[in-house]
Amino acid sequence: MRDFLSSTRTRLRRVAGRDGDSDDDVTTDGRVATDGGTAAGGAGASGAGGFLDRLDERFGEDFTESAVFWLPPFLLMGLFVYGAIAWNFVISLTDYQGFVGPDYSDLDFEMYVRAANDAGVIEATVNTFLLVVSFTAVALAFGLVLAVLVDRDIRFENTFRTIYLLPMSLSFVVTAQFWLWMYNYNNGVVNIVLGTFGIGPINWIGNSQIVLWAVVFALVWQFSGYTMVVYLAGLRAIPREHFEAARVDGASTLKMYWRVIIPQLKGSTISAAIVLMVFALKAFDFLYSLVSGYRPPNGTDILATKMVREAYSVNNWAYASAIAIILFLMALSIIGPYLYYQYSQGEL
Amino acid sequence: MSDASTTDTEQSGALAGVREDLEAIDGYRVALYAAVLGLTAFYLTPIESGLVTAFKTNPEGISSTLPFAPPPPQFFTLEKWQTAISALGRGMVNSALYAVPATVISALFGSFAAYGLTQADWRPRYKAPILALFVAAIFIPYQAVLVPLSQFWGSVPLAEVLAPLWAIGVPRAYTGLIELTISHVAYGIPICMVLFRGYYTTVSEEMIEAARLDGATFARVYRRIVFPISTPMFAVVLIYQFTQIWNDLLFALILVSTESSPAAPVVLILAGLGESMEGQDFALRMAGAFVAALPTLVVYILFGDEFAEGVAS
Repeated sequence: MRDFLSSTRTRLRRVAGRDGDSDDDVTTDGRVATDGGTAAGGAGASGAGGFLDRLDERFGEDFTESAVFWLPPFLLMGLFVYGAIAWNFVISLTDYQGFVGPDYSDLDFEMYVRAANDAGVIEATVNTFLLVVSFTAVALAFGLVLAVLVDRDIRFENTFRTIYLLPMSLSFVVTAQFWLWMYNYNNGVVNIVLGTFGIGPINWIGNSQIVLWAVVFALVWQFSGYTMVVYLAGLRAIPREHFEAARVDGASTLKMYWRVIIPQLKGSTISAAIVLMVFALKAFDFLYSLVSGYRPPNGTDILATKMVREAYSVNNWAYASAIAIILFLMALSIIGPYLYYQYSQGEL
Repeated sequence: MSDASTTDTEQSGALAGVREDLEAIDGYRVALYAAVLGLTAFYLTPIESGLVTAFKTNPEGISSTLPFAPPPPQFFTLEKWQTAISALGRGMVNSALYAVPATVISALFGSFAAYGLTQADWRPRYKAPILALFVAAIFIPYQAVLVPLSQFWGSVPLAEVLAPLWAIGVPRAYTGLIELTISHVAYGIPICMVLFRGYYTTVSEEMIEAARLDGATFARVYRRIVFPISTPMFAVVLIYQFTQIWNDLLFALILVSTESSPAAPVVLILAGLGESMEGQDFALRMAGAFVAALPTLVVYILFGDEFAEGVAS
């Protein structure tokens, strides 16, 4: 390690020696001097250099030098994400509909009033909530069980882990195809297996009372492997002595997990839950494929599908934007506390 | 006599492992393995059922065999695979045309941003809000940006700028692929940045410190030290991003819009495959699902551990 370090150092020194003909001429001699700690070094540079030095003084030593790295990605992301959200909000205040561009001179909250009185939006909001909560809870529980099983010194651990995580690599569109076939009324695996127990057949996709739960089940199939991976990392981070100490105290395996191990997985639970909730809010791809297109999904309409249909199927752009803002606020109510938690943990 | 005893010891030595295993078999271990195998069946059944179905004739083979049973010879056919490949082939090419560049560019940008925000000497007070914006952007529902995104790409005269391409015979619809590339880069930056940031905070400070003291500029430290040692993280990020971009339907739907477009990505074609007035052709759907999933399945089989790492972080 030390050898590598010193060789790197010599190499760097050599490179620094022919600074003039190297190709990163973003940095002049004046700037290098600034790095050395002499703030006055920058004075030799242009007026812009003086301004940059003042920026550095205010924000930190490397602020302007590092800007070349973080600023372009930040601006690109910022414009497409935050700029677009702001623009989306403004559009939601217009009456934009059809093919003529939005009229920004007449802004009001009419679309939000309309959404609050729209039974379709209310149903979609309730479904979004049900989907997010039930999917997250079941996927967390399932993933925890998987992680504990895989962590119990079983043989071929890697093989099992690979199999459990496999669905996560598939597209929502692909898994929707698989599950449409699994849930098929006459020939699907689910009804055939239940049939051997004398249950069914059940019309999983056609019955609006149960289709949401069928969707939740399929999504759990796709994402519980993800939860397992997160929990496995959490379990492996717990010192082995904790397991042994509980063992010495005579706790049963079940009690040991319940009292000693699971409480220590709080961090894993929070980070997995956040990601799962966001997947659920994005489940549009799955539902679009399930109903093959823009037609209203029978009993599974969530805000994500409702919004896209309003915009791209009937050109109700302003209304769709208002629904998008409602969805965004739901996401924000999850992300906000998470960011605060991260910040309080010193992760940001 | 002594011979026999030697053989005995040797045998017990060789069998020690097996014996230990046998001793370990108790009710608890049996239940454990039963659970693990049962779960394996749960995860593999939809895929297995899809695979065997893709080789069956429709509708006879599908209705007269069990969904998870392999097709008997009279119902076996490769026709659905041929149809699926010919229907999805151009989509595969189109998907690759934007998924590969978008993956590489977003990974590079993510690495740049992460370096600029971790290794740089900043006042934390100013760094935290910028980091928070990056982290929050990962979780934005795409619906919240779709209408402005459509407006934006509708107002950018990309087609005029690219007119020379259409003149040499590239279909005009390919503008959509360029829009997809840029959009996926922009929306991929936050997750790439956060993945790289997790890695860069573990990089040895001394090495970079030493280089800085020797007068290396911020940019040179990246080129000479940080970028070369990022290779393992690049593998993780590239695999994860490629899977995400290849699998995404929403942007493809909004920016390319119809599956009949010459630029239609594979997921877009797959979403409408096997749907007709006469009913659903499940054999074709399943074959199509496998064809569309092939690239990400290959990536997963080859780099399963790296994929898991990307997912876990």
